[in-house]
Amino acid sequence: MPVSTSPDGAKIWQLRTRNQTLTRWAAYLVAVAIFMWCWQRISEATTWFFVWDAPRIAADIGGRAWPPRWSYMDNLWGPLWDTLNMATLGTLLALVMAVPIAFLAARNTTPSALFIRPVALFIIVATRSINSLIWALLLVAIVGPGVFAGLMAIALRSIGFCAKLLYEAIEEIDEKQVEAITATGASRWQVMAFGIVPQVMPAFAGISVFRWDINIRESTVLGLVGAGGIGLQLQSSLNTLAWPQVTLILIVILAAVLVGEWVSAKVRGAII
Amino acid sequence: MTTATLEARLGNGWKKPPFIPNPALRWSLFIGGLIYLVLAISSIDVNWTRVAEGLSRGWAFVTAFFNPDFVSRGGDIWDGILESIIITITSTVVGIALSVPIGLGAARNIAPLPVYLVCRAIVALSRALNEIIVAILLVAIFGFGPLAGFLTLSFATIGFMSKLLAEDIEEMSKAQAEAIRATGSSWLQWINYGVQPQVMPRLIGLSMYRLDINFRESAVLGLVGAGGIGATLNTAFDRYEFDTAAAILLIIIVTVMALEYLSGIIRAKVQ
Repeated sequence: MPVSTSPDGAKIWQLRTRNQTLTRWAAYLVAVAIFMWCWQRISEATTWFFVWDAPRIAADIGGRAWPPRWSYMDNLWGPLWDTLNMATLGTLLALVMAVPIAFLAARNTTPSALFIRPVALFIIVATRSINSLIWALLLVAIVGPGVFAGLMAIALRSIGFCAKLLYEAIEEIDEKQVEAITATGASRWQVMAFGIVPQVMPAFAGISVFRWDINIRESTVLGLVGAGGIGLQLQSSLNTLAWPQVTLILIVILAAVLVGEWVSAKVRGAII
Repeated sequence: MTTATLEARLGNGWKKPPFIPNPALRWSLFIGGLIYLVLAISSIDVNWTRVAEGLSRGWAFVTAFFNPDFVSRGGDIWDGILESIIITITSTVVGIALSVPIGLGAARNIAPLPVYLVCRAIVALSRALNEIIVAILLVAIFGFGPLAGFLTLSFATIGFMSKLLAEDIEEMSKAQAEAIRATGSSWLQWINYGVQPQVMPRLIGLSMYRLDINFRESAVLGLVGAGGIGATLNTAFDRYEFDTAAAILLIIIVTVMALEYLSGIIRAKVQ
C-alpha cells in the first residue's frame, strides 16, 4: 500500500505511490503542452481582428437574414424531392452492396478467413473513413454534377457503416439454429436463408432505417460540392449573399432532418 | 381413404412466415415502395454520355490509388494534415470539457427541471445542425481559417458527448450515489465520488470515438474554408491531380484506422 511518512514518523495512506504520481503529472504536463501548442498554431492562423469584430458581423448577418423569404419555397420542392431520393436510393444501393460484404466479413460465414475477410474489412474501413462530401467531390469529378453523383456518394459512404453493423450482428447469432437447419440436410444457401437471415433480419431493418436517417442529413449538404439536392440552392444563395433565402433553406433542412428522425424512430419502434 | 383426406391429415407444407404479418400492410407497403421507386428513379436524369466520358477518369483515380503521389504536393499535404490534427485535438478537448457540465445538466436525475431543459435544448440544436452548415455560418462570422473549424467541431462534440453522457448518468446505479450523499458530502464531492467513477470508463471510450469522428470531419471542413486538409483535397480534385488526392485519402484512411486501433486498446483497458 502506498504510504508517506509524516515528520513525526506516522504513516499516512495515499492513493498512489510517488512514481505513479510523478508519471501522472508528467502525462498531464505533456497533454497540456500539446494542447497549448495546438492552440498557438490556431491563434497564429487566425485574423483576430475579424474575431473581435464577430459579434457585430453576426448581428449584421442576423439582421439581414430575418425574416426568411417564404416565397422562395416554390423553388425548393424540386431540390427537396431530389434530396429525399438521394438519401433513399443511396441507402438501398448501399444495402445491396453491404449485404454480401457483411457475409464475407463475418467470421462465421466468410468463405475464407485468411484472404477474403481482410479484403472485406478493408472495404468497410475505407468506405467508412471517407466522408460522403469527399465521395461526392470525387464522383462529381468522375460522373459530372447532379443527383446521380450524390446518390452514388451516399451509397459508397453507407456501405462501410451498414456492412460493419450487419457483420457484427451476423457474428452474434445463435449457432444452435444454424446447426438445427444444417441437421435437416439443408444446403449452404438454405442454411443461410433459414438459419442466419431470419436472425439478423430485425438488425438489418434497424440498420437500414438508422442509416437512412443519417443519409437524409448528409444529402442536404452534398449540393455544396455540386452533387444535387437542396445544398445546391444553399450554395447559390450563399454565393449571392441572399441571406433571407439561406434562412429559409436552413429552416427547411432542419425540418427535413427532424421529420427523418421522427420517421426512423417510428419505424424502429415498430420493428424492435 | 381418398387423397383429399390424406392431404388434410398431412397438413400443408411449411411456409416461411412473412416479415410483416399483416397482409394488407405488407402489400400496401410493397406497392407504395414500388411506386416510389419508379417515380424516384425516373426523376433522376443521368447523362450517360458524361458518365461514359468520366469512367476513364474514374479508372485513372482507381489506378492512382496504387500509385499515390505523396511528394510533389508534399508541403501542402503536410500543412493540411497538421492543421486537421490540430483542429481535431483542440476541438475534442474543448468539446469534452464543455460537454461534461452540459451532460450533467441534461441528466434528469441530477439536474433541476429548468437546467435540464436548457441543456437538452443545446444538445438538440447541436445535433440537428450539420457540421458543414455550422462551419459555413462560422466562416462567414469569424473569417476563413482553423478557428472556424475548431469552433464547429467543438459545438458538434457537445451535442454528441453531452447526450450520451447524460443517458449514461441517467442509467447509473442510485445506491452508490446515495452512499456518498449519506456521508454528508457536498454537491461537488457527490458528483466526483458518486457519479464520476460510474460513468468514467464509458466517457473515455466515447472521447476516443469522438476524436476519431472529429478527425474525419476535420478532413471536410476545408471545403468550406474552415481549415484542414479539405482545401488541399478540393484543389487536387479540381485540377484532376488524382495521384495527390489518392495520397491524401490514403493518409486519412490510415490515420482513421490507427485511431480506431488505438481507441480499441484504450477502451479495452478502461472497461
